[in-house]
Amino acid sequence: MTQADQNKQPFKFYTRLNISELTGLRASTLTQLLSLIKEVPGSCIYHHTHRFLQLHQYLSPEPPNDFAYWVTEVLGEDELGEKLASIDTIQYSTIRSLREKIIKTTSEYLKKNSLAKFKFAHEGEEFYFIKSLSFILPSKYSANNLAEFKGALEKVTLDSIYFHVFESRLRLEKGTNDFSFWIETSLGNKALADKIARLDPYTYTLEDLRKALIKIVEQEQ
Amino acid sequence: MARIEEYVPIVGQAIIDDLRLLAERLKGKVVQHINSTSVGGGVAEILNCMVPLLRELGVDTRWDLIKGGDQFFEVTKKFHNALHGRKAEINEKDFNIFMETSQRNIEEVNIYGDIVFIHDPQPIVLIKKKKENKWIWRCHVDISNPSQKVWQFLKKFVDKYDAAVFSAPTFSQKLSVRQFLISPSIDPLSEKNKELPRETVEIVLKKYGIQKNKPIITQISRFDRLKDPLGVITAYRQVKKYIDCQLILAGGTATDDPEGLEVLEEVKEKAKGDADIHILLLPHNDMEVNALQSASTIIMQKSLKEGFGLTVAEALWKAKPVVASNVGGIPLQIKHKYSGLLCRSVEGAAFALKQFLNSPSYAKKLAANGKEHIRNNYLITRHLRDYMLLSLALYHNEDVVSL
Repeated sequence: MTQADQNKQPFKFYTRLNISELTGLRASTLTQLLSLIKEVPGSCIYHHTHRFLQLHQYLSPEPPNDFAYWVTEVLGEDELGEKLASIDTIQYSTIRSLREKIIKTTSEYLKKNSLAKFKFAHEGEEFYFIKSLSFILPSKYSANNLAEFKGALEKVTLDSIYFHVFESRLRLEKGTNDFSFWIETSLGNKALADKIARLDPYTYTLEDLRKALIKIVEQEQ
Repeated sequence: MARIEEYVPIVGQAIIDDLRLLAERLKGKVVQHINSTSVGGGVAEILNCMVPLLRELGVDTRWDLIKGGDQFFEVTKKFHNALHGRKAEINEKDFNIFMETSQRNIEEVNIYGDIVFIHDPQPIVLIKKKKENKWIWRCHVDISNPSQKVWQFLKKFVDKYDAAVFSAPTFSQKLSVRQFLISPSIDPLSEKNKELPRETVEIVLKKYGIQKNKPIITQISRFDRLKDPLGVITAYRQVKKYIDCQLILAGGTATDDPEGLEVLEEVKEKAKGDADIHILLLPHNDMEVNALQSASTIIMQKSLKEGFGLTVAEALWKAKPVVASNVGGIPLQIKHKYSGLLCRSVEGAAFALKQFLNSPSYAKKLAANGKEHIRNNYLITRHLRDYMLLSLALYHNEDVVSL
C-alpha cells in the first residue's frame, strides 16, 4: 500500500432503494409513445431505460430498455426495437440528452416506416409510463484505502453498486461514476479511475459488474 | 412464524440490512393497517406475514379490523365482482347498506396511526376520519375494467387519500392522488413455497396415482372459466400426440360456488377416458400444492383473465419452466423467452409446452432466470421494503430523496 493509497476522504457507500410511481399515462401506438416520451418527467425516462437492468439483473449483458422491449414484443417493430435497445446509454451524461436520442431514433423510424403508426397494442398490453422515486441512504460500509474499498465492494448490495455507477452518473449528473471520482480525487490514482470509468456498465449483469470492479482493484493492489 | 434473520440465506444479509436502514427512518411513526378480516383471503395472509416482520424490524406496525354483518359483506362481495368487471346487480339499497355499516365503523374504529393503510374497498369510507396523518388506499383487486357504477362511487373516497397503491400498472385508474405500484409477493418460508423433502413429494404423488417416469404438466387454479381449464386440456392433448405426458389440474372450488362445481363437472367430462389427466380438488392444502408444483416438469397458468397470478411466482421460485397467458400481472413475472414462455391461445400454449419438453436445457435456463427474477422482485422482503418506502414517500415530493 503506497502513501497515495491512504485516505484523504473516506469513500462512503450509499444504497439506493426505489419505488415505482404510476403516472396514469399510457400509449397504445408508436405515435402516442413518442408524444408521451417528449412530455413525461425525466424520472420516467430514467425508469424505463434502467428498470430492466435492475429487475432482470441476472439477464444482461445488453438488457433491452422498456421502450425497446415494448416496441419489439407488443408492436412487432423489431428494427426500431433493435435501434432503441442499442442506444449507447453510457455516452449520455444527462437524462435530457438520452431522451433526445430516443426521440430522434423513434421519429426517424416513423418517417421512414409510415405504416408503423397504424399498429396498436391489444388491451392490457399498452405502454404504461412509470417513474422511479429513489431514496438514497448511507450504508454501514466505507473505505479509507483500496484494500478496504475492495472489501466493501464484496459486501455491499447490488443496489449500492447500482447507485454509485449508474444513478449517480446519469440521474444526479455527476459526469462520472462515484468510484472513479473518489479514486482520482482522494487516492490520486487517475489511471485506476480511468480504467473503471472506461467500463461500459450497461453490458454487464450487476453481479458481473461487481466482479469486474473487484478484479480491476485487485490488479492495482 | 418466520423471523427476519431466516430470510438471510435466501436474499442475502445486505438486503436485510437495507430493511433495517429503512425501518430506522420510520422510528417514531405508528403505521396502522385496517382491513375487514384477520383470517382467510389474500389480504389477511399478507398482513399475518408482514405485520410481525415489520414489528421485528422496529416499525411500530399495528393491525385493526372493521366490523360488518352478513349484509355488508354480501354487498362488498358484489363490489368485488363488479370491480373485476363481472356482472353484479347493485342497487341503491346496497349502497345504503355499505354506507350505514361504514358510518358505524367510523364511530367505532380508533384511528391512531401516523400512516394509515386501508386495504380494499370494505373500510374505504374511514377516510372521513382523516386529519393531519397520511392515508393510503391499498387496492388488491384488479380494477383494470371495473363496473363504472361501483368504481365512481368508490372513487369519491379514493380521491381523498394521500395515495393509492395498485398491484400492476394495468390496474391503475385516473385519480387526482399519487398512485404507486407495489406488486404482491410470495413467502419463500411458507408451507406453500418452502423446499420439501423428496420423500414428502413422493408420498403426495403416490397418494394421487401420479407417475414419476412421465413428464408432468400442472396447472394449479380454482375451477373457474377464467382459468381456462378446458383450454389446458386441449393444449395437453395437442402435446400428447407427440410426447407421452401427464396433466394435473389441481385447485379448490367453494362448495357454495355453483359455477365452480359446474366447471369442475365440465373438466371431468372433457378428461374422461384419459388416465393421465389428474383432476384434484385441493382446497387449502398448501403442502400438497407445493409437492405437486415441485414434482412438475412444466407449470401452466393459461388464464383468460388474471389478477396478479402469484401461482406463476410460486412455480418460478421452485425453478420450474412456466407457460402462461400474457394477462394481468403475469407479464410482470415472465418476460417472454427470458424467464418463461407467454402465450395467447391454446395453440400457442401447446407449442410452448412442446418447446420446453423437447429442449430441457432451454427450459432449465429460463426456469433458472425465472427463479432469480422472483428472488429479486417478488419475495416478501421486497414487499416489506416497498411498504416502508411508500410510507416514507408520503413525506417527500421530490423524485430523488436523500435520507
